[in-house]
Amino acid sequence: MTSSSDVRAPARRGAALALRGTVVGRPGAPVLHGVDLEVAPGEILAVVGRSGCGKSTLLRTLAGLLPPLAGQVAQDGRGLTGPSADRALVFQEDALLPWRTLRANVELPLAIGGVPRADRRAQAEAWLARVGLSDHARQVPHRVSGGQRQRAQLARALAPGPRAVLMDEPFGALDAQTRAGMQDLLVEVLHGTGATVVFVTHDVDEALFLGDRVALLGAGRVSAVREVPRPRDRTAHDDPARTALRRDILTSLGT
Amino acid sequence: MTRYALRLASLAAALGLWQVLTAADVDLWLRFSQFPTVTDVAHAFAGRVAGPDYWTDLTDSLTRILTGFLLAAVLGVAAGVLVARSRLAEDLLGPVLEVVRPVPAIALVPVAILLFPSNEQGIVFITCTAAFFPVLVSTRHAVRALSPVWEEAVRTMGGGRGRILASVVLPGALPGIFGGLSVGIGVSWICVISAEMISGQYGVGYRTWQDYTVVDYPGVFVGMVTIGVLGWLTSTAVELLGRRLTRWLPRTSYVPAPRSARRARGTAAPAPALHATGPEVTHDQLV
Repeated sequence: MTSSSDVRAPARRGAALALRGTVVGRPGAPVLHGVDLEVAPGEILAVVGRSGCGKSTLLRTLAGLLPPLAGQVAQDGRGLTGPSADRALVFQEDALLPWRTLRANVELPLAIGGVPRADRRAQAEAWLARVGLSDHARQVPHRVSGGQRQRAQLARALAPGPRAVLMDEPFGALDAQTRAGMQDLLVEVLHGTGATVVFVTHDVDEALFLGDRVALLGAGRVSAVREVPRPRDRTAHDDPARTALRRDILTSLGT
Repeated sequence: MTRYALRLASLAAALGLWQVLTAADVDLWLRFSQFPTVTDVAHAFAGRVAGPDYWTDLTDSLTRILTGFLLAAVLGVAAGVLVARSRLAEDLLGPVLEVVRPVPAIALVPVAILLFPSNEQGIVFITCTAAFFPVLVSTRHAVRALSPVWEEAVRTMGGGRGRILASVVLPGALPGIFGGLSVGIGVSWICVISAEMISGQYGVGYRTWQDYTVVDYPGVFVGMVTIGVLGWLTSTAVELLGRRLTRWLPRTSYVPAPRSARRARGTAAPAPALHATGPEVTHDQLV
């Protein structure tokens, strides 16, 4: 059928994202103040914090769904004006359109992007194959498991070749084993896309495995941004530097 | 199969009771002596079906109700979506709609007579008004109840208003819309028959009233049976169409198939032993 190179996004550079002195929140209810954060092209930035600390709100601001209350949000140096197909958003759960089959869900962003019908069918099927869902392409979302739904969401987000992928606790509702499998899958499918990733999670180990850097949220601001030694390396679990960082993060999160 | 047998038996029992009560001219406070028997009605029915008027009446009534109902469906869905999605539309249309809504459609007969040059258009207008409000109200509720996540998802794919309407709002509201359409087709029948009785020429309602005024009681019952069957057919059609278009809805009867598929996948999923306990620990510590 289709070779794997067909499903790779065109070799585009990831987007550089930046927040400068940004106040994030809904009008009248700011949750994060004075956010200064730079995400380099192609980098994976993990954002951790307790639930309710503004992680999702930060991500929606980066997506352009929520305008900043003050300060600036920029992609490649230009301020955001609204949502764009450049920055895909992956939600925690149930964001697939339940009346569309998994394949039709993956085809939707391609259709919006103006890909001709035959091409988008082929691309959607290739992406579903990449996330291991070929056998379920014609099922509607409620007929597959939560993990399979999240894989389909991943395919839907990556299929149109976005320059940045914003992920809002995408594996948060999955059991530990499925989650580990999904993390490996994410690393694998991101490979070669060059996309910048902002990955929000409340799971410190997930953040340390995936992130090049980890940003900590707490007390209404970004409390620290730390480099992660040996990211995306399962064997680095026992690395002393990693263990020390993990302890630091857990301490500063106040648990 | 047994369920169909039960349904047939229930209908047969009702007809049997009717026949017994009327053939024996039972007069126990309720007076069945003037009532035509089932066989009388059946004979009258056979006579009518053979004549040309019956089919003219039937097609006239069906044309009126289908025109009115389809207009109501389009207008009701459009107005419902508009009011639910736009604050301006809600402020402009809301008060007018809420004031007109409690007026029974059949009470609009004088309005219809004043407004429209022909009876025909008046009847369609009344039928349409009757079905419009249930469709409007259910569409409005269904659109407001949509999960915002779906809209956010389409917006981050670069989709605009039109795409959100076509890909999220309309398909997502469809189950609710069909609830309104089912109510609407029932109300439409009530109003089309009433309007025909008042001001129609031809039509099942008109014929039924004519038969009553000339004391043709079997004819009245032929009309009632016709209305019943047509009403049942049209609401079944709406119901079936609705079920077909909303097949994606989770239904309990679908459960057995996905369950086995899920189990197969669960055992095949990679489970790195090294990491298996890690996430759980931190999860407990954090939450």
